Amino acid sequence: MKEKTVVGDNISRREFLEKSALVAASLCIPTFVGCTKEEAEALLQKHFLELTPTQVEQVLRRMEKENLKKFAKSVKVGTEPAMDKVLFGYGLDISRCIGCRRCVHACVKENNQSRDPEIHWIRVLEFNKEHGIDLPEADPYYCSPNSIHDENSKRVSPHQLTELTAKQKAILEKPESQYPLYHVNSDEDKAEKSACKVPREDHFYIPISCQQCENPPCVKVCPVKATWKEPDGIVVIDYNWCIGCRYCMAACPYGARHFNWAEPKIQAEDINQDMHYLGNRPRPRGVVEKCTFCIQRTRKGRYPACVEVCPVGARKFGNLIDPNSEISYIIKNKRVFILKNELKTRPKFFYFYGL
Amino acid sequence: MQHFFDFLKTSVKSWFRGNAYYWIWMCFLGILITSGAVAYWEQLTKGLIVTNMRDQVSWGFYIGQFTFLVGVAAAAVMLVIPAYIYNWKPIKEVVLLGEMLAISAIVMCFLFVTVDIGRPDRVLHLLPFVGSPNFPYSLLAWDVLVLNLYFVLNVVIVVYLLYCAYRGKHYNKKILAPLVLASIPAALAIHTVTAFLYNGVSARPFWNASILAPRFIASAFCSGPAVLLILFQVLRKTNKLKIQDAALTKVAELMAYTMFLNLFLLGAEVFKEFYSNTEHLIHTKVLFSSLFAKTGVHYFMWPAIVADFVAFLIFLVPKTRNNLAMMNIGCLLIFFGVYTEKGMGLVIPGFTPDTLGEIYLYAPSLAEYRISSGVFSVGFLVFTLLVKTAIPLLNQPGTEAEH
Repeated sequence: MKEKTVVGDNISRREFLEKSALVAASLCIPTFVGCTKEEAEALLQKHFLELTPTQVEQVLRRMEKENLKKFAKSVKVGTEPAMDKVLFGYGLDISRCIGCRRCVHACVKENNQSRDPEIHWIRVLEFNKEHGIDLPEADPYYCSPNSIHDENSKRVSPHQLTELTAKQKAILEKPESQYPLYHVNSDEDKAEKSACKVPREDHFYIPISCQQCENPPCVKVCPVKATWKEPDGIVVIDYNWCIGCRYCMAACPYGARHFNWAEPKIQAEDINQDMHYLGNRPRPRGVVEKCTFCIQRTRKGRYPACVEVCPVGARKFGNLIDPNSEISYIIKNKRVFILKNELKTRPKFFYFYGL
Repeated sequence: MQHFFDFLKTSVKSWFRGNAYYWIWMCFLGILITSGAVAYWEQLTKGLIVTNMRDQVSWGFYIGQFTFLVGVAAAAVMLVIPAYIYNWKPIKEVVLLGEMLAISAIVMCFLFVTVDIGRPDRVLHLLPFVGSPNFPYSLLAWDVLVLNLYFVLNVVIVVYLLYCAYRGKHYNKKILAPLVLASIPAALAIHTVTAFLYNGVSARPFWNASILAPRFIASAFCSGPAVLLILFQVLRKTNKLKIQDAALTKVAELMAYTMFLNLFLLGAEVFKEFYSNTEHLIHTKVLFSSLFAKTGVHYFMWPAIVADFVAFLIFLVPKTRNNLAMMNIGCLLIFFGVYTEKGMGLVIPGFTPDTLGEIYLYAPSLAEYRISSGVFSVGFLVFTLLVKTAIPLLNQPGTEAEH
């Protein structure tokens, strides 16, 4: 049978190849049709760490062009590398923090986070002094309509579950198509004017953002190496490589990773023009983002925005390798603790009691 | 090569011939697929905001279905083992149906992952050479690898068997046997890797239990055969497949043992959580407590356990096991039980409360239901077309197995 059909075999194979090429091409066409040249380039872009210096330049120029088009504003996207002999560490003084959320809003502004839907890289949790640091008891929505203490709220604390009021039960049963992401008062003025004054009596506050683990579970689980730890200890994401599977969000013990569920919206006047490829450049829809210790600032020797804005000086930042840095002093001389020690993620984010 | 194209042509032609019931079934699937496709288009243009997943519960209905279907895919082939052990007469048919079910289930698995990810345009990043799969660290990279291997293996076996039948030749046992035997450890692998995908996450105590992988295997050994038992009966009524009652009841007996194992492992886990009564108990409470009205998991979880237990009794007692009607009820109960336990019952409590203690009450949105039923319809369509191709070939005289 083989010998008889040699010719026919070849023809059909050629036909087959032609046909399959046609099918492959027709599958690709819808992907590229309606694509601008920039979008096509973005689609075919390689992993950030595999780009040659010339390619990096091309990518940065393309991004600046995209942002100019989108926001009618010239921006600068940089790729400042890690500095030599620097390992960044962060300190947060629990005894000073008053829960004002100024860090949350400064972070949103500095890092071009989406305003609608709201994305916050810092979550401030309110704890009851009686219970101590008991995460299920914490309220991330204090002083907002979503607070678990608000009787109209759809949020419940696990400890409340056994004693839900009839009203709360009724609210929970009500169907609702769209849930908010993080609804804390994003409008600072409103928060100032609201009747709720912080710190509230008998409460204390712990802001939580990315802990920049030495042993980051999110990096381990990423199926495409889209996230990694830089030499200065910052865990970064290539937003142009992330496939949006959200495995890292399942793996992060600190809720530090946030997903762009919708197209992120930022007003042109709110854009921070000083950007870093691995940091605060505007993110596309469908990818994960996180705190980068303000990589665009700290790699140029500046403090992160949250450190600068904190009105009570609860936030400290510095080089862990330098024995004379403020953060090294704190670790040596204060009562320091880290979150979820038992998971051995080895955070470089140290909470301490300064008073 | 020419023969192979003829074979494909004949197969495709057979898809367009069928009775009224066939066309009603196809229209039904077509409507659900269209509805799903429209909803998916909306999700593509607006983003995953059309689902009810949020940062707190970042995986939901889609990944729940994925997990359940990996079990179905694995277990369908597991049936090949008893078929060999008990030396069934219609071994070819059993293998063929099992593998076809596995193909359909894997197609659904691929689609559920695709609809879940935020950037389907970058899915090639998962592939070696073109992309950068994170071997050996990421269990998801492993899952992509083993699912693809398993898929290719099953497609090769099915196409080979059907092509042999088409040519009127008997299949070569030397080619088939190693492939079928290889598909058994591959089936075990896809299920173990999927279990490890959850199991390895230290941030989620509900999944971080070593009992998870054995539980996955035990429940899959129940759900996969349950689907097949019903399919065998349907097919032997509508076609000339020779499958004896004795073969069916043998499988049912096997299912009684695996269901016992499944319930035992579940009980072990529930005991550990409630007796030690630590902070982690809250996740198990989410699964069973009526106080979490909105998640609704408990609505299904209690009936699911009752269903599992009743099915266990049905399959344990020879009198009920040998009664076909009772056996079918048992199969439906098992299907419902495992679907609940291995789908939403696994994913949602893992995320509720989230790692910082917040409770977000998740229930799928309409878009999620529509897209999911669309994906299921594609799977059923694939299975229907495969069976449609296989039946006339298997009914041809002279192609029966030689045992």
